[in-house]
Amino acid sequence: MESNKNFVVGVFDDEDVLLSAVEGTREKGIKIHEVYSPFPVHGLDEALGYKRSRLPIAAFMFGLTGTSLALLMQIWMLGFDWPMIIGGKNHASLPPFIPVTFEMTVLLAAHGMVLTFLIVSNLKPYKWPRQFDLRSTDDKHVMAVDLATNKLSKEEISRILKDNGASEVNEKNF
Amino acid sequence: MQATSTIREPLITGGKTVRDVSEDISRQVEGKPTSLWWIAMVVSLVLLFWGFYCLCYQQWNGVGVWGLNKTVGWAWDITNFVWWVGIGHAGTLISAILLLFRQRWRMSINRAAEAMTIFAVICAATFPFVHMGRLWLGFYWVFPLPNTWGSLWANFNSPLLWDVFAISTYFTVSLVFWYMGLIPDFAVIRDRAVRMGHKTRALVYNALSFGWDGAARTWSRYESVALILAGLSTPLVLSVHTIVSMDFATSVIPGWHTTIFPPYFVAGAIFSGFAMVLTLLLITRKMFRLEDYITIYHIELMNIIIIITGSIVGIAYITEFFVAWYGQVPAEYYAFYNRATGPYWWAYWSMMTCNVISPQLFWFKKIRTNLVATFVLSIIVNIGMWFERFVIIVTSLHRDYLPSSWSMFHATIYDVGEYVFTFGFFFAAFLLFAKYFPVINMAEVKSIVKSTSEKKH
Repeated sequence: MESNKNFVVGVFDDEDVLLSAVEGTREKGIKIHEVYSPFPVHGLDEALGYKRSRLPIAAFMFGLTGTSLALLMQIWMLGFDWPMIIGGKNHASLPPFIPVTFEMTVLLAAHGMVLTFLIVSNLKPYKWPRQFDLRSTDDKHVMAVDLATNKLSKEEISRILKDNGASEVNEKNF
Repeated sequence: MQATSTIREPLITGGKTVRDVSEDISRQVEGKPTSLWWIAMVVSLVLLFWGFYCLCYQQWNGVGVWGLNKTVGWAWDITNFVWWVGIGHAGTLISAILLLFRQRWRMSINRAAEAMTIFAVICAATFPFVHMGRLWLGFYWVFPLPNTWGSLWANFNSPLLWDVFAISTYFTVSLVFWYMGLIPDFAVIRDRAVRMGHKTRALVYNALSFGWDGAARTWSRYESVALILAGLSTPLVLSVHTIVSMDFATSVIPGWHTTIFPPYFVAGAIFSGFAMVLTLLLITRKMFRLEDYITIYHIELMNIIIIITGSIVGIAYITEFFVAWYGQVPAEYYAFYNRATGPYWWAYWSMMTCNVISPQLFWFKKIRTNLVATFVLSIIVNIGMWFERFVIIVTSLHRDYLPSSWSMFHATIYDVGEYVFTFGFFFAAFLLFAKYFPVINMAEVKSIVKSTSEKKH
């Protein structure tokens, strides 16, 4: 089968070896396609040079939307659309609106952020992911290097990965 | 790099490796259900169907088939509602608040506790809905939807409406939080299925895992989502039972009109929630042989939370009495006097024994590390918490300002039946979860294997 993408895949057994290997290979000027791990490894995103996620900002914006929608809804419904005097209080008095406003804030912030996460991470039920090594969800950390984006040869990259502690180095074509 | 003191007790025993975690937790998802599981399932389904019959009978004939009367207009239905919502507090508390406090012992128990939360909230929500009598109109009454009364909107000044928003937000956010945790673990089962050659299972679990691949970039985002969700869920958990308590506290009924209700209800909710987590986990742990992941140390820590929250609840009971005596408002004074010595004295003293005295036994290390004692006490605590809600609701209502309308509440078989219905649903749902979903958060447990797994000797 004619393949259009060739990867060198390094397999690591230990998260600390992986972390130093990521730094080691990046120092050698190798561009890492991606690292796949069975669990979150602390410091891996910094080692790979990823910027901090902006999802908290998204959550804040969604939360703010929730707050304003809830307040507008309650004030409009009880204060303008069908004003009613309940318990001798003002039509649109703020204190009783706080609980619903708080809940709507949390509701929109949480769901909005999770939806954004699923969209930006391209997670969807009918997608089958590209798998470099099936053990990457079990107990191995897998580093994929795309040959097309690197100047070094396959052999050189394999040697650098081995030198940095990879327990095995494989090839994978898609 | 994480540094962990060597003095700390290991959170995972038996010299487990990362590999063993996948193996041990996926095993029961991949295997056939055991006979013990089938027996439990059949019992739950019998309860569910009998309860469902009672529910249908009540829907057909109306709320009158319950034991309610003009004086006691709220009894088992709201008692069961508050009881289930309270139980539903432990899951998100464990996963959100303990995450913010960086308590790593949460990792083996959060998945099952969150599942319990979700099923408990569903059970709770059935009661207000069936109490509305006409389920099909319920949505119009509780949600601000345009309607044919010229859009006479729902009343946002009512704590009952706040409850609708609080419970629905809590339910959906907990569901999402739980599901987010499950995504990487479904991928584990998918990849194992691929290696074992199970095509259908691989497809199903891939769909469930949303095509998860464990990329570092996704994990990085995933971690910030989990942290923010925990930050959002923490005030949410506290707000839910606060608002539930306001259903009572904002009224003017003596015995309900109490400013300490919100913190007291929240403590009670955590108390009963942890008790139910213990009841379920002790069974799950035995059924699926998870003793190395849910250790005696985990159980001891949960028992310590039970002592703390149980004592807060005990202090709240005593404070209510003190204030009733110190305030010298005759109606308030009588409500509490009647609670302890009136016709419902047995309910009051059952509550005191189960909730205040029995958890104090956990001060003894021998008792709080004993599985049988923990199991029995966890059930006693939840019996006590049911009586607490019954006492607050029924004893405050049955003798009101007008002695000529004083009355008693007698539960009918349909009251019992609908309570049984929720039990059937709860256990059946939990058994399905425990069989088909990974009961322990593999990804989180794997991340602490290196630092807290007990080394093989």
